[in-house]
Amino acid sequence: MQRYSGFGLVKHALRHHEDWQRQWRNPTPKPGYDVIIVGGGGHGLATAYYLAKEHGITNVAVLEKGWLGGGNTARNTTIVRSNYLWDESAALYEHAMKHWEGLSQELNYNVMFSQRGVLNLGHTLQDMRDIQRRVNANRLNGIDGEVLDAEGVQSLVPIMDCSKRARYPVMGASWQPRAGVARHDAVAWGYARAADALGVDLLQNTEVTGFKIRDGQIQGVHTNRGDIASKTVGCVTAGNSSVLAGMAGLNLPLESHPLQALVSEPLKPVLDTVVMSNHVHGYISQSDKGDLVIGAGIDGYNGYGQRGSYPTVEHTLQAIVEMFPIFSRVRMNRQWGGIVDTCPDACPILSKTKVKGLYFNCGWGTGGFKATPGSGHVFAASLAKGEMHPIAAPFSIDRFHSGALIDEHGAAGVAH
Amino acid sequence: MSQSALQPNRLAQGGQIDRTHALTFTFNGRSYTGHPGDTLASALLANGVDLVNRSFKYSRPRGIVAAGAEEPNAVVQLGATEATQVPNVRATQQALYDGLVACSTNGWPDAQRDIMRWVGKLGSPFMPPGFYYKTFMAPASMWMTYEKYIRKTAGLGRSPTQPDPDIYDHMHRHCDLLVVGAGPAGLSAALAAARAGARVILADEQEAMGGSLLDTRETLDDQPAAQWLKTTLAALVEHDNVTLLPRTTAHGYHDHHFVTLHERRTEHLGDSAPSQAGHRQSRSRLHRVRAGQVILATGAHERPLVYANNDVPGNLLAGAVSTYIRRYGVVPGQKLVLSTSNDHAYRAALDWQEAGREVAAIVDARTAPEGDLVAQAKAAGIRVITGSAVIEAKGAQRVSAARVAAIDVDAFTVTGKVETLECDTIASSGGYSPVIHLASHTGARPVWSDDIIGFVPTTVAGVTATGGAHGVYPLGEVLADGVEAGVNAATALGFAATVNDADLPRVAPRHEGPACALFQVPHEKATLRAPKQFVDLQNDVTAGAIEVATLEGFESIEHVKRYTAMGFGTDQGKLGNINGMAVAARCLGQSIPETGTTVFRPNYTPVTFGAVVGRHCRELFDPERYTPMQAWHVAQGAEFEDVGQWKRPWYYPQKRRTSEGEGLETMAEAVARECRAVREGVGILDASTLGKIDIQGADAREFLGRIYTNKWQKLAPGRVRYGLMCGDDGMVMDDGTTSCLAENHFLMTTTTGNAAPVLEWLELWHQTEWPELEVYFNSVTDHWATMTVTGPEARKLLTELTDIDLDREAFKFMDWREGHVAGVPARVFRISFTGELAFEINVQAHYAMHVWEALFAHGDKYNLTPYGTETMHVLRAEKGFIIVGQDTDGSVTPEDLGMYWAIGYDKPFPWVGKRALTRSDTRREGRKHLVGLKPKDASVVLEEGAPIVFDPKHAIPMPMAGHVTSSYYSPTLESGFALAVVKGGHQRLGESVYLPMADGRVHEAEIVGTQFVDPKGERQHV
Ligand SMILES: Cc1cc2nc3c(=O)[nH]c(=O)nc-3n(C[C@H](O)[C@H](O)[C@H](O)COP(=O)(O)OP(=O)(O)OC[C@H]3O[C@@H](n4cnc5c(N)ncnc54)[C@H](O)[C@@H]3O)c2cc1C
Repeated sequence: MQRYSGFGLVKHALRHHEDWQRQWRNPTPKPGYDVIIVGGGGHGLATAYYLAKEHGITNVAVLEKGWLGGGNTARNTTIVRSNYLWDESAALYEHAMKHWEGLSQELNYNVMFSQRGVLNLGHTLQDMRDIQRRVNANRLNGIDGEVLDAEGVQSLVPIMDCSKRARYPVMGASWQPRAGVARHDAVAWGYARAADALGVDLLQNTEVTGFKIRDGQIQGVHTNRGDIASKTVGCVTAGNSSVLAGMAGLNLPLESHPLQALVSEPLKPVLDTVVMSNHVHGYISQSDKGDLVIGAGIDGYNGYGQRGSYPTVEHTLQAIVEMFPIFSRVRMNRQWGGIVDTCPDACPILSKTKVKGLYFNCGWGTGGFKATPGSGHVFAASLAKGEMHPIAAPFSIDRFHSGALIDEHGAAGVAH
Repeated sequence: MSQSALQPNRLAQGGQIDRTHALTFTFNGRSYTGHPGDTLASALLANGVDLVNRSFKYSRPRGIVAAGAEEPNAVVQLGATEATQVPNVRATQQALYDGLVACSTNGWPDAQRDIMRWVGKLGSPFMPPGFYYKTFMAPASMWMTYEKYIRKTAGLGRSPTQPDPDIYDHMHRHCDLLVVGAGPAGLSAALAAARAGARVILADEQEAMGGSLLDTRETLDDQPAAQWLKTTLAALVEHDNVTLLPRTTAHGYHDHHFVTLHERRTEHLGDSAPSQAGHRQSRSRLHRVRAGQVILATGAHERPLVYANNDVPGNLLAGAVSTYIRRYGVVPGQKLVLSTSNDHAYRAALDWQEAGREVAAIVDARTAPEGDLVAQAKAAGIRVITGSAVIEAKGAQRVSAARVAAIDVDAFTVTGKVETLECDTIASSGGYSPVIHLASHTGARPVWSDDIIGFVPTTVAGVTATGGAHGVYPLGEVLADGVEAGVNAATALGFAATVNDADLPRVAPRHEGPACALFQVPHEKATLRAPKQFVDLQNDVTAGAIEVATLEGFESIEHVKRYTAMGFGTDQGKLGNINGMAVAARCLGQSIPETGTTVFRPNYTPVTFGAVVGRHCRELFDPERYTPMQAWHVAQGAEFEDVGQWKRPWYYPQKRRTSEGEGLETMAEAVARECRAVREGVGILDASTLGKIDIQGADAREFLGRIYTNKWQKLAPGRVRYGLMCGDDGMVMDDGTTSCLAENHFLMTTTTGNAAPVLEWLELWHQTEWPELEVYFNSVTDHWATMTVTGPEARKLLTELTDIDLDREAFKFMDWREGHVAGVPARVFRISFTGELAFEINVQAHYAMHVWEALFAHGDKYNLTPYGTETMHVLRAEKGFIIVGQDTDGSVTPEDLGMYWAIGYDKPFPWVGKRALTRSDTRREGRKHLVGLKPKDASVVLEEGAPIVFDPKHAIPMPMAGHVTSSYYSPTLESGFALAVVKGGHQRLGESVYLPMADGRVHEAEIVGTQFVDPKGERQHV
């Protein structure tokens, strides 16, 4: 792998950038692999990378029906935080957070993980109780956080309307300084490049159309480019997971919904932190390019069209202008949508299935980007050992039978 | 032709501007004049302003390139005052008004002298695409510092720092046919459909309708096109069934022919919407249109050619040159070189020459161009250089020369000697791209057409693209195409319509030779060594950058775009995307369609947040709900709490005198006083916000039994019962009392915040699972006002006002009675959320204030005390009554709450949640149970949300055993107390738990039962 550095950049500049190497190959599929990962989003690519890096399993293929990182990885608003309420999810997201903190160096790819802090606002007495509870729980779990009052919020975000005039005045917030945003494409590409360098085949334009299962054991997959054999298959297909599960005769408790986001035109820096409000329902940050990156709520209906409905966008901007009246004359540039796989308890599924050798990593819904390194890390360990990693174990499909749900709905609010 | 000294590039005649009026405006601090009819861009060009901005990444000087929505460079900051700032306005789309103030968005101290240009100049070799992914990684701790400086260079314009003085509104519209674009295609389509009787909306983004007719050289019926335009517009105005919306951009095409139109109503008049006859008017309006059929007549955007230094001010689109000359009477230079791949662009040179300025040469990439316009140019004495192109522009802040050479388009090489032509303007044209944005919003993917060298839209049913929007360019054909589209749409809508060729104007026939497919122009040097050849001007993406991206293995066009940022600007790649695809295709050795297709997302052009928001902001963001007694509460000086959309009195601070003088009670003082009043005398709560659902039908009782965990079969008319509701996961989701009004008639109450969700929940189960049950639900929350009169003196007070027998035997706890209170029909419920004797009086909402005041008139002697939600919380917590959503969180079962008495496991029908309650996890030991906590130190009021542990010495991560859900100071107990959930709590009564706090303190508390006051429940039965 050609290593990247500032010095390298100078060298390349002198050579007119004519000999940059490919970041990853475009290989032809082999007849079989030790492990197949279906889905070349951030989670799938991270899984492949850690399989090769930490478990020495390099005969791995990632099968992506479109282009790498083109699903929700390319569409999300990139908020990364780990201040989840329940021990199980806190462990999972904090595991990811620790990986985020050295990821650029580990991958030799600047994923621009920017720890500019995340505010989760409280607008009612109950919001504040929930915030206190979550920050306390985080503290006992070793996760940074602080409860701020309205003044504390105002001093972090001077341009926000924290006055009593607001419809739902800001009463305070939880503040996680280590949280922030990252560059989504770079995460996918960084993992792709590093996995490729370790020998993983990244097969783009390769769509899985069915599974080969014999005697309850996975044998491989059917694709638009022919059959590929493997006794271990991990599906990491986000919004399409129910479709994949259906091909294997499995029923997952997932609903696929459109989730939308939008950006303003690029502006000079005005907003340093990530601001999320569950109550007025909007969240916002400003990218390094200057766009205000704004997330909407999910659309109520189910569907696979990567477009949502306009009223959802309207409602989101109402919330943003309510919080930031000065943005009324700022202009909205672009909107888009992704398909998110939501679970009844707003937590992911990392699990074996009744088909031996077939695993699923899905259900991340509206908030899985932040988990990318952690999810890949524990999922790779699970695939390598044939046993779910202890951090992943509570997220088994079995919880929907036993009732051991990890309900982050009420607790974490908007789960981005 | 002569010119005005004030506006050096303004022609003395021509154009659709009003020279009799001058408008003064300021750009970058200098004052200029223009005329009504000008855009800011045409006025700047008229005044000879070349440099309008600095580029985003390299800080290169930039000038105006286009004349419309596709403009990438002339993106300015508009606004004379702080509150009226608008970032990133395209000068080409901003009508000039008197007093307009604008400035460049980049450049310091100004765009002319910008010092960042040195960073751009010296740094640009080190800024290949994605350079930031490859560096700033060491040392890791420095990234936030690097990023700080990266962010400093971010953005184009700036946000205002003061709230918007203007308002915006929405209008919902329905029409048979929406026509987007009022060029020749759209006008003729609209007229054809209107004549057939269809209700038509015709919208166009420009200041004037007419599209390409506004600057065409062609004649219609031997008259200048303007004449036909005038008659056609007049004909449209005559039709009552036609709505014309100028200055209106269709920016988003959503599902089912739902199209959003943004009408800029006043942006051409000034900074802020002027008031009209003393009334505020909206700055802009968003039309939410549902159309039966949609015709997209959005025309085509010209593609510039990609050659070296094609970004120096003075490089323009050929079509833009014609527009400025013919529509605005502005020639943006002295000496022109035109570089083209097609006939159509020859217009620019002809217009230029006719405006009295010099054309150095037309450089045509085709070896043997042969159309009528070519002949016309040659006849006019213009030098035409064939088989060649401008390969490089020269000049720093303005073009000074064009380097021209023979090229081999297919081999992508320069084949001849380079000739340098002096000039100050280079116009280029690489053909036209249909404006397919709206069609592609619907998810329909465009397809490449070799015939027109561009993508043409595919459309979903009910949408037709016509004219330039699907690659039909000659005027005669465009008009015919428009009529056909209009007639077809009308027919599809059920109107009788036929094409009548006689209606079409005569267009002089004109022969056009075939165009050649040229995108990036070869240079003598390889792309990566040649001077920069810009593909996306706004984002500073060069052909070299795209080449590097492909070298690095980015092969999908989506990857190329993301890696280079091509098409992500505010122009969304209107000029650059196809050229970029062509460069990528060349590098990858494949065709354009093999490289991918192009996807556009809303918005077509940016839309003000305020316009999207409309009136749904400030006081109308979310309506505030008040009870009928709101005015009274306000008059009493109540503090309010937001509960759902309601404003509820939280507590009523009263004046009090202390040693420090007169003041208002603190919250703690007020709550203590209110609590004591209820426990010792009588208090009153406005409980009108509780959700109320009227349930009727033969199966109402059965339905209740399925939805609630407890039993409803035997509840007799006149009786009330507490009910607990679970989700299908067995977790408590709401509670409240339900009263039997008659055999088949019940009144359910819900928590304030859950009124709507519970109604939806009932409907969901009824409509999807048990449609066979005859049961009807009606929300009556607002119809009834509720006042809770509670305390030992409650009966005495109420007796004075009612004809209902309040005798303790005649009207038992959990009964309800109908009668009058204060002379008004009322339902009175003997239920208690305070643990005291209590009567909940329900009266029709508009009688409520009268009843409330009557209660106070009689209540004076009992010291009737109004209390708010805080006191209500303290009193109910003292009794161990839960608040769903505070003491529960979606993970708590009825058993966890210890409410076994409310679970009917033996009911015949498996009620919602029952199965879930038999799952292994809901049955396991050690679940968290609701308990009471008594702090060891009575003066401590535990923090709500405080963590509970068994072993406070445990290292982090410290296992948590639960948390405090409700906690208050009790004036009755004279101590703090709390409700909490604790693992295995029901088995741990009497044990100690610990609460380690953020400040290092560790509280100790004893686990106790949840009923702190009157555990036997005697007081409510008195
Ligand atoms: C608008 C929006 C905003 C969001 N904001 C945030 C946020 O701020 N913070 C956060 O943490 N999370 C956020 N999320 C969620 C986050 O994007 C996802 O949880 C996360 O990216 C999922 O990653 P993934 O790799 O599992 O899925 P994806 O990136 O979607 O990858 C799945 C891949 O599987 C491929 N695939 C599907 N079917 C097949 C098949 N049959 N064969 C082969 N390949 C297939 C798809 O093409 C896709 O590339 C947001 C999501 C959206 C849509």
